[in-house]
Amino acid sequence: MTESLNVTVDRRDSLAVIYTEGYINNQGGEEIAKTAYKLLDEGYKALLLNLAGTKIVNSIGISILIEIIEKMIEIEGKLGFCCLTPTIEKTFHIMGLAQYAPIFPNEDAAVAQMRS
Amino acid sequence: MAERVLFEHKLALRMVPEMEIEASEAATAIAREIRMSPDRIDEVRMAVVEACINALEHSHAGDQEVSVTFQVLGEQDPEKLRIMVHDNGIGFSPDVLEEPTMEGKLKAVRKRGWGLKIIKGLMDEVKIRSGAEGTTVVMSKLR
Repeated sequence: MTESLNVTVDRRDSLAVIYTEGYINNQGGEEIAKTAYKLLDEGYKALLLNLAGTKIVNSIGISILIEIIEKMIEIEGKLGFCCLTPTIEKTFHIMGLAQYAPIFPNEDAAVAQMRS
Repeated sequence: MAERVLFEHKLALRMVPEMEIEASEAATAIAREIRMSPDRIDEVRMAVVEACINALEHSHAGDQEVSVTFQVLGEQDPEKLRIMVHDNGIGFSPDVLEEPTMEGKLKAVRKRGWGLKIIKGLMDEVKIRSGAEGTTVVMSKLR
């Protein structure tokens, strides 16, 4: 029944892409936050969360993503999302999250936009 | 015309982490059975997850149980899926809940409190009954 989250990272020139696979609940959100804050410590100020491998999230997990958004605003960094399921994208719009972290349909579009 | 209950299924779940997944899987199976579109199934699934998490986090129910009732409604063919998530907790007053906003949450220490807003955004109809006998979230989605 448990769907734990796997997180992997692709470090690029000025941007790091975080890939998730599994359920973003409280533990999943914490795992993403831990990874994101490590990347900030390494000097990355642009992070892209590719959620192609995540089919389900909950509001506790999303509230941890909001903490990351708050941190990115504080350091004047950039956080974007790509490859969301239609329901996750709709949920982010319901919450107003998309106003603070852009949502892209695919990784190429996200990388091009976030590097500009 | 009055809606008839064509099918009903009840689940009683212990309030343990990830019990919401079991409820969401049952919702998915029933929604598939009535041939709801995949995107709408996904929305139902997420709403069920949020309703169960609300019960888990906020009900303070002594029996530590959540009951989830799934009803398929229609005249002859399935038209609507209704889901009732009930806990025997302390209840709350939905009318006094402040609607969360990103602007507010970004400044707040506590970032949580999105469950009902998400449920209302994803489902077609949502009603909340809450009192001394606990809380029931009644939510429906047309097929």
